[in-house]
Amino acid sequence: MTLKQIEGSHGVAEAVALCRPEVICAYPISPQTHIVENLGEMVKAGELKAEYLNVESEFAAMSVAIGSSAVGARTYTATASQGLLYMAEAVYNASGLGLPIVMTIANRAIGAPINIWNDHSDSMSMRDSGWIQLFAETNQEAMDLHIQAFKLAEELSLPVMVCMDGFILTHAYERLDVPTQEQVDAFLPPFEPRQELNPAHPLSIGAMVGPEAYTEVRYLAHAKQMQALERIPEIAADFKLGFGRDAGGLIRPYRLEGAEIVIIALGSVLGTIKDVIDELHEAGQKIGVLGIISYRPFPLEAICEALKDAKKVIVLEKCFAVGIGGIVATNVRMALASTGQEVLTVVAGLGGRAITMSSLHAMLQEAVAGRLGKLTFMDLQQGVVDRVLEHERNVRRSGPIAESVLRDIGAVASKIS
Amino acid sequence: MPNQPIKFYQTGTFTIGNRLLDENNRSVQATAARYNSLNSGHRACQGCGEALGARYAIDAAMAAADRQLIAANATGCLEVFSTPYPETSWQIPWIHSLFGNAPAVATGIAAGLRSKGRGNVRVVAQGGDGSTTDIGFGCLSGMFERNDDVLYICYDNEGYMNTGVQRSSATPPAVRTATTMPLGAEPGNVFGQGKYLPAIAMAHRIPYVATATVADLHDLEYKVKKAINIRGAKYIHIFVPCPLGWGSASNDTINLAYMVKECGLFPVFEAEHGKVTGVSKIRKPIPVEEYMKPQRRYAHLFGKNPATETIAKIQALANENIQTYGLLEQGAK
Amino acid sequence: MAVVMNKPYAITLDVGSSLANKTGSWRTARPVYLDRLPPCNNQCPAGENIQSWLNLAEEHKYEAAWRKIMEENPFPSVMGRVCYHTCEGACNRGQIDLPVGINSVERFLGDQALKHGWKINPGKPTGKKVMVLGAGPGGLSAAYHLARMGHTVTVFEASPKTGGMMRYGIPKYRMPREKLNAEINQIKEMGVDIRVNSRVDDVALTMKEGGFDACFLAVGLQNGRMINIPQQGSLPILDAVTVLRSVELEESVALSGRVVIYGGGNTAIDVARSAIRLGALSVTVIVLEDRAQMPAHPAEINEGLEEGMALINLRQIKQIEGNTLTLEIMVAGHGRDFLHTGQFETIEADVVVQALGQTGAFTPFANLPGIIIQDGAVQVGTDLMTGALGVYAGGDMIPSQRNVTAAIGLGKKAARNIDAFLRGEKLQPKVKAEIADISRMNTRYYSDAPRTMRPVLDAVRRSTGFAEVVGNLDEENAVFEARRCMSCGNCFECDNCYGVCPDNSVIKLGPGNRFKFNYDYCKGCGICAAECPCGAIKMEIEQI
Repeated sequence: MTLKQIEGSHGVAEAVALCRPEVICAYPISPQTHIVENLGEMVKAGELKAEYLNVESEFAAMSVAIGSSAVGARTYTATASQGLLYMAEAVYNASGLGLPIVMTIANRAIGAPINIWNDHSDSMSMRDSGWIQLFAETNQEAMDLHIQAFKLAEELSLPVMVCMDGFILTHAYERLDVPTQEQVDAFLPPFEPRQELNPAHPLSIGAMVGPEAYTEVRYLAHAKQMQALERIPEIAADFKLGFGRDAGGLIRPYRLEGAEIVIIALGSVLGTIKDVIDELHEAGQKIGVLGIISYRPFPLEAICEALKDAKKVIVLEKCFAVGIGGIVATNVRMALASTGQEVLTVVAGLGGRAITMSSLHAMLQEAVAGRLGKLTFMDLQQGVVDRVLEHERNVRRSGPIAESVLRDIGAVASKIS
Repeated sequence: MPNQPIKFYQTGTFTIGNRLLDENNRSVQATAARYNSLNSGHRACQGCGEALGARYAIDAAMAAADRQLIAANATGCLEVFSTPYPETSWQIPWIHSLFGNAPAVATGIAAGLRSKGRGNVRVVAQGGDGSTTDIGFGCLSGMFERNDDVLYICYDNEGYMNTGVQRSSATPPAVRTATTMPLGAEPGNVFGQGKYLPAIAMAHRIPYVATATVADLHDLEYKVKKAINIRGAKYIHIFVPCPLGWGSASNDTINLAYMVKECGLFPVFEAEHGKVTGVSKIRKPIPVEEYMKPQRRYAHLFGKNPATETIAKIQALANENIQTYGLLEQGAK
Repeated sequence: MAVVMNKPYAITLDVGSSLANKTGSWRTARPVYLDRLPPCNNQCPAGENIQSWLNLAEEHKYEAAWRKIMEENPFPSVMGRVCYHTCEGACNRGQIDLPVGINSVERFLGDQALKHGWKINPGKPTGKKVMVLGAGPGGLSAAYHLARMGHTVTVFEASPKTGGMMRYGIPKYRMPREKLNAEINQIKEMGVDIRVNSRVDDVALTMKEGGFDACFLAVGLQNGRMINIPQQGSLPILDAVTVLRSVELEESVALSGRVVIYGGGNTAIDVARSAIRLGALSVTVIVLEDRAQMPAHPAEINEGLEEGMALINLRQIKQIEGNTLTLEIMVAGHGRDFLHTGQFETIEADVVVQALGQTGAFTPFANLPGIIIQDGAVQVGTDLMTGALGVYAGGDMIPSQRNVTAAIGLGKKAARNIDAFLRGEKLQPKVKAEIADISRMNTRYYSDAPRTMRPVLDAVRRSTGFAEVVGNLDEENAVFEARRCMSCGNCFECDNCYGVCPDNSVIKLGPGNRFKFNYDYCKGCGICAAECPCGAIKMEIEQI
């Protein structure tokens, strides 16, 4: 094991390389570019023996991954944002076919408006795609999750997304512990595909399945994710044995003992939240934190158990479902459906807006005071949106079209007559 | 054509087999032990040109690859009729992913095989004209441009037949489809649009591009075998009549494929690295009407008042092909 | 199975599973194989299965091909020279380029048999005895077939040589005698007793004395028919039959100077061409009919013209004064009617040969009970039996197409009927299959290949003697010619049906065994029938 002061993307590339991927497909999109660039360099330099393909789109990238995985090659790709949406059809297909592809999502907002900065909208758009989604809190965890992801994917024959916050993690330089090849080899056995395109044993993969069996296929997909709920903690435990540190698992509780308020989040923001919580604890306020690592499968029971002492749960999420509210919060409410615990949603960090400690402090004080609403947009410039809404109300056309048109041109009906 | 013409035989090179020929020189389809890569029990319509073309092509590929072959299939008729759960007609390792990604899936297969040291296994991607010229065009172009070691086969039946006969960018002018009805000032499909993929493939300067029809098996097998033995990107465009979509008799499938070549509307040729290297000459030239008349998709041109102008425009397209590709024998008129 | 369970459910399938889906239930019409009658076979007066032996010849199986001919006709080498091969006129290939040179291939096969000494064995002895009157084509054909059936056959021939009109009616340049002798010899070697110079004066008596169970009369029409032309002077007027017989027997024939032959049949042309070879100053054939209607075979006419024969159509000889023949110019009327014009012209001649047909001499059997002789021919039933029980007749002496091939066919037919008669049975006429008309075929599958013409000796060489005029195909050409056969109506295993079926529902049974349909999967699209080159598949409406 060696400690290196490197960029997060570089660290992930090294971790992926240690997993001996056989096919890597790359299509550039910020902020994941540095990962595949680093891998490409390793392949060119001969340090990594793999097929490295520069494809023409994310849709092609995932499609190439489907093909190579189907012949039993360990396959990796990475994308973000628009890229993930562009490959959406293939994303669903990969999981439907049960192909254990591992893909990094360097989380980024999706447009319009186009925005290259971090939030979780992209991964969340694929939450029902059938992929396992693991969210990394740190760059070290991002590295470690990739190593675990290949093992998990190949054991279950399911694809895994490792989600890491774009720029915040991908572009951050820090000291990372890079495992040795021996450690990784000991942990991750060679890929033995559950199904394989092989002339020696011909199979038809990807049949058309009608009403007579489609439900069963979906049920089995769900059952596989339920198996993942069991395997994820076990693999994390194995990892700890081999690598000597905690990484992965379903959830990560922090200072939950005696906490009446628990704040739930995914990804790198957990670090900031933990710092705030630590300060609050010093001030005597018992607020806990629950990080969710495995967003799919969603650990309903583990979350319910972890939150059993909480009176109030705040879900702070970097995404939201327009027209209803929090996405993660909705899932958390499902975990707590039988307990009646209050779940509040705080939407924060959209499109890369910084989540500051002071804002977190302010939000938590509101919560402690019982003033935090069901759905809060952290640091929202209320004045701006109010003005926009007011303006729109004034110009909105309603009623008979002709009247609206007249109003628009400033000719009120009474004046004409 | 480059395939060896067989002289001094009853039926020359035109029939599927020839009992007078040495076993080694017979077509794959003539052998009793042929692979039947696409097996009986598939659900293609009666007289399906695509089912026939696919077996011709994949059996030839199997022969050329010594059975070391994997195929990726785009969504479409071929996929739907061959693999409805719980039955598959394919006898080869085969994968269907999506409508628009067969070339990329095949690229992945080839890359995966290479990474595993199994480069001897050859890779085919196949789809209809919709997946090839429209939705999968990006992936196909990418596969060409990277010169990936894949043979892409397009079974061209000139429309989206699986979804109920809609226009594709390979639908010829004036043709009736469900989205180009024979109504209005310009009945049927418009003139001046559509993609001619073989030429686009050639523009990528890939090692091999060829066209073929289900009416000339020997030529088709020759081209598939040749393509399988070339490393890099290959494209074969096979003309496959569709009785359902064209409103033709189910027993007329091969005849139409024969006539389309004889009238010049579908040039049969091969090209290497962007240059035409071989052309199947027209044997007995026929006017385009002869090809069009048996198809109900052209019926609106042949009513009480035949659309002579439109037919002349279609004939002009055929003439242009004849000129461009030199489809007539020297001295023939 | 553990392996199966490990694959994803429903999405991944095992190969071969579609065989469970029997698409044959979709069918509304089913293809069936059939053999249609090729037009050549239909046309052949000897009833040869031409398509079948060409098929064997294509595969270099010459002996098998020869044996196939020998099932119907014991004279392939003779046929290959003298048969007027109307089969070729019927040949469907003629509608594409040129007819298959069936006659040439038959000759090649016949000559192969003589070269290699292939033999036909007589049948298992039946103990029945049959007498045949006349060793011409009809008589020998009957004798041969009867011998194959195991009957003991004695042939009585009045003249000094066997062969009848094959010898006496056809000049050497068309029919080399060694070939004729060799094929007759094959029949003798089967145990047929052929007695030349054996005139039978009383058939009933000979049958009784010889203990014959049946008799076949094939005496032909031995005498030339002469018409009376008003004549002044002593210009010699001969009949064609006598002339040709004399040529054959190498007796002196007065065919010198200016020879005029009167008649438009093959015999007229034979005499003309013989006269050229005998050194006649000029040879002119005068014919009542026009060129298209004259019965002689066009090839014969053409070869004669090439050799220097003159042909004058639409003329009738009105009178002869000294060496001057007066001819009336005729015009074609309705059908075979020719109208007089009253216009005349003259021509000089040193000898006139009438070639206007033949007549028969039927006295030896005219007294048989029940026999009917009418219009110069012996009347027979469809089984070729005369009014006399057990006495059959065939060849030129019955109302028929009068040529060698037809006589051979009648000989075969008689043999079959006699055989049935001897077994106390009656032969049931065969039901003819439907004709393989070209409209039932898909001829684009046949490559364009010109007919290999037999090497034709140049006219000069040919006219100076009786050397054979039409040369042989060598093996390569013979095979090529055979392979031009389109096998009309009969599967020749081209694999088209097997290949073009989109549902793999044609099962290939291996060389020589053709194919069968797998109706479990056949959807009835009909492509196999449409693409069968030779029309050996038809679609039948499926009965529900």
